[in-house]
Amino acid sequence: MVRRGRDLLMVYSLKTRILENKKILPDFYEMVLSAPAIAAEAVPGQFLMVKTSPTLVPFLRRPISLSRINAEEGTITLVYQVVGSGTKLMTVMTPGSEIEVVGPLGKGFTWSVKDKVVAIVGGGCGIAPLVALTEELLKAGKEVYALLGAQSRDKLLSDKYFIELGAKVMIATDDGSFGRKGFVTQLLEEVINTTRLDQVYCCGPLPMTKAVVKLTKEALVPCQVSLEERMGCGVGACLGCVCKVRSEEGSLTYKKVCHDGPVFTSSEVIFDD
Amino acid sequence: MINLAVEVAGIKVKNPVMTASGTFGFGREYSKFYNLSLLGAIMVKGTTLEPRLGNPPPRLAETPAGLLNCIGLQNPGVDAVIKEEIPWLSQYDVPIIVNISGHSLEEYGEIALRLDGVAGVAGLEINISCPNVKHGGLAFGTEPQMAADVIRTVKDKSKLPIIAKLSPNVTDITEIAKAVEAAGADAISLINTLLGMAIDIKTRRPVLSNIVGGLSGPAVKPVAVRMVWQVARAVKIPIIGMGGIVSAEDAIEFLLAGASAVAVGAGNFYDPLAPLKVIEGIKAWLEQEKIADIRELIGAVKIC
Ligand SMILES: Cc1cc2nc3c(=O)[nH]c(=O)nc-3n(C[C@H](O)[C@H](O)[C@H](O)COP(=O)(O)OP(=O)(O)OC[C@H]3O[C@@H](n4cnc5c(N)ncnc54)[C@H](O)[C@@H]3O)c2cc1C
Ligand SMILES: Cc1cc2nc3c(=O)[nH]c(=O)nc-3n(C[C@H](O)[C@H](O)[C@H](O)COP(=O)(O)O)c2cc1C
Ligand code: FES
Repeated sequence: MVRRGRDLLMVYSLKTRILENKKILPDFYEMVLSAPAIAAEAVPGQFLMVKTSPTLVPFLRRPISLSRINAEEGTITLVYQVVGSGTKLMTVMTPGSEIEVVGPLGKGFTWSVKDKVVAIVGGGCGIAPLVALTEELLKAGKEVYALLGAQSRDKLLSDKYFIELGAKVMIATDDGSFGRKGFVTQLLEEVINTTRLDQVYCCGPLPMTKAVVKLTKEALVPCQVSLEERMGCGVGACLGCVCKVRSEEGSLTYKKVCHDGPVFTSSEVIFDD
Repeated sequence: MINLAVEVAGIKVKNPVMTASGTFGFGREYSKFYNLSLLGAIMVKGTTLEPRLGNPPPRLAETPAGLLNCIGLQNPGVDAVIKEEIPWLSQYDVPIIVNISGHSLEEYGEIALRLDGVAGVAGLEINISCPNVKHGGLAFGTEPQMAADVIRTVKDKSKLPIIAKLSPNVTDITEIAKAVEAAGADAISLINTLLGMAIDIKTRRPVLSNIVGGLSGPAVKPVAVRMVWQVARAVKIPIIGMGGIVSAEDAIEFLLAGASAVAVGAGNFYDPLAPLKVIEGIKAWLEQEKIADIRELIGAVKIC
């Protein structure tokens, strides 16, 4: 494996300058930060803990994935969906002002030199971190299928980026307003049936992730999934963000999504139904 | 030169700012942000006799200026802590206080025994107050007799300084404080989390897997300051104050109320550098107020 999302020796807690913060879809914003130190070290799949308010409310920082990492320019792009008070406060931040972040955090996606053909499967705001991943996978010479899903056309993220980057893009929307009508997992099923995939990467809502894990398991394709859990510290200290995994000896245990993940191999995660 | 050093339960600390148990792991995570030797002391994650898995997620819920947690004391067990965590943390020049928790008097005694004489351990903080772990439906720390029994048991098994960590979920905190003092506690930590609950109105379900959890953060600070003040007048042993501290001003409030030292808990999540900012801020404030020794502040609230 190359470029392991490694155990960091240093984590940054910084004030970063906002270069851009604009609405890209009715519920989604894109924020570009000047953060050279973070951009130099970060790998796709990692995230930042973002302070959304200078006051004590909301008290906790919000985990937001790195959507693009530009080491040369020293910038980081975050794509966030407005769902509650914290992300709402982020929307009114203006370019030129500062925002406090901690990162880069967590273990990111990994890939092997042996892999030739891979697929990324993204749904909703889960598509965001897959942009940086796709960029890296293409740089590493892989053939990338980008399977993107959303409820409707106006909730579909970043499809143009994936096309620009040179991925083979396939789209599904729940209401059929764009691409195929149905779930992104149907697209994955088709690709699996027609192409020999070496690796699948998945980030999206839980039901989608579960379906992708099931499909890849049956097709014997290795799969990495990015998980979400409510976070307190984001750095591995509070034990708030655990998910259930199978340990190497086969017993059940908890791992920290913020520190041992957010990216896990699908064979280790266990979903409760 | 301003003196920031204090002594709590016989433990000498270079400054009065500690990190509260359960919010700082065993120090490894925050060692990536700064040199842990800068802290007054580190109170490590609650340790039990056997390894514990804790409660299922969701384990956290955010509330106004605070959070609820129901971690349920996930930890690797005392033997693993002695073998893997304490030796690692000992590389820093900072007193390590091990927070311990048990299901029975025997368990408390056994953990204390195993930690006695372990190199690097400066003291034990006895958690008789975790709202997420109960004995016969009641936290040990809600009944004076039971609280005293726990302290007596660990005192018996250990030569280390014993700090009793009390629950705020009681009618009269001074009664419990007096009971643990009489049982031999060398200091008191105040407060552990307040029992709380949050409901998701969309799903109409409790947010936490455990239904209820412990509230901490700035939202609890006034309750904590009040309890520190009440207990400081009721006992002679020193108090470590905690509950919602994120700034130097918060910490000074606790010192004035009667705490000899303070701990930053959920504040670490708010800002990973919070403990350092509290230390620096206290120093700057003392300079500005022309106070040479931090000990002048302890209990100096003016009540006329
Ligand atoms: C590792 C990680 C990476 C993430 N990356 C991104 C990203 O790149 N872009 C993005 O838009 N979002 C991302 N999220 C989700 C994002 O953190 C939440 O949407 C955000 O914290 C909500 O904050 P809020 O204050 O707006 O909402 P709140 O007011 O806190 O909550 C509103 C509702 O949002 C949902 N919610 C809140 N937090 C979470 C969470 N952590 N996981 C699941 N559901 C939640 C709950 O249903 C809640 O009731 C990520 C989450 C994790 C754990
Ligand atoms: C996530 C979390 C885990 C905690 N775990 C423990 C624990 O293991 N043992 C303990 O005595 N207190 C534990 N506490 C309580 C804190 O040490 C502290 O007493 C309390 O949170 C009040 O301080 P604060 O408001 O600064 O957080 C925990 C608190 C939090 C938020
Ligand atoms: S959020 Fe604190 S351990 Fe993961």
